[in-house]
Amino acid sequence: MASRDDIKFLSNPNIGSQRKKYCRFKKYGIKHIDYRDPDFLLQFINEQGKILPRRITGTSLKYQKKIAVAVKRARHLAILPYVADLLK
Amino acid sequence: MIQYEVTFIVDPVLSGDEIKQTAKTYEDLLKDSGCTIVNNDAQGLKQLAYPIKKRTSGIYHVVEYTTPNGTFLPKFELALKRDERILRFLTVRLDKYGVKFNADKRAGLIGKKREKAKEEVKEEVRKAKPAAPAPKKATPAPAPAPAVAKAEEE
Repeated sequence: MASRDDIKFLSNPNIGSQRKKYCRFKKYGIKHIDYRDPDFLLQFINEQGKILPRRITGTSLKYQKKIAVAVKRARHLAILPYVADLLK
Repeated sequence: MIQYEVTFIVDPVLSGDEIKQTAKTYEDLLKDSGCTIVNNDAQGLKQLAYPIKKRTSGIYHVVEYTTPNGTFLPKFELALKRDERILRFLTVRLDKYGVKFNADKRAGLIGKKREKAKEEVKEEVRKAKPAAPAPKKATPAPAPAPAVAKAEEE
């Protein structure tokens, strides 16, 4: 049984603290984004097929631009839809 | 030398021979324009994300080629545009990373790499998850005890 000294917090202090976002391209050294890979690009668009902002995905500016281009190319080739509902 | 990559979607209503012929026409056209074909990938029938020319599926072809200059490109694209057998096409100029990515993909490195990357992510999540709920379990369990103790004290 834990003594009273072991109990420092009544509530979990980790609740509410968000894990720091990071750019996965920088972290894993991904240099090229393939526009023919819908499963990968699906991570950067929402249910309606809109490109998610950087503040949500944590991607750096350099790669966000490349994602945007890749998604737009995929849309042109009918790999991703321009408009969708319940994409995920 | 500049490396390009052209993806085009062929009408699926055509017969198998016609589809092959269409793809071959453009390969020959590229060769005649002085290009060297690096890779020719027939990706086969795929479902389209939205209908194009009242077709819901298409046959994807990806041709990578190198050329000393891009002067033939307008002609090539015009030919693709005029062709009714082609639903859609896209020409992309590959940078050095793109060239490397495609070479790696052909060698079968990319799929594994990506799986590895995903596994790493999953492992991280796994590592993070047991770490996160553990204190939750630890704290709420002893937490009621002092409350009860306090109540008793009061």
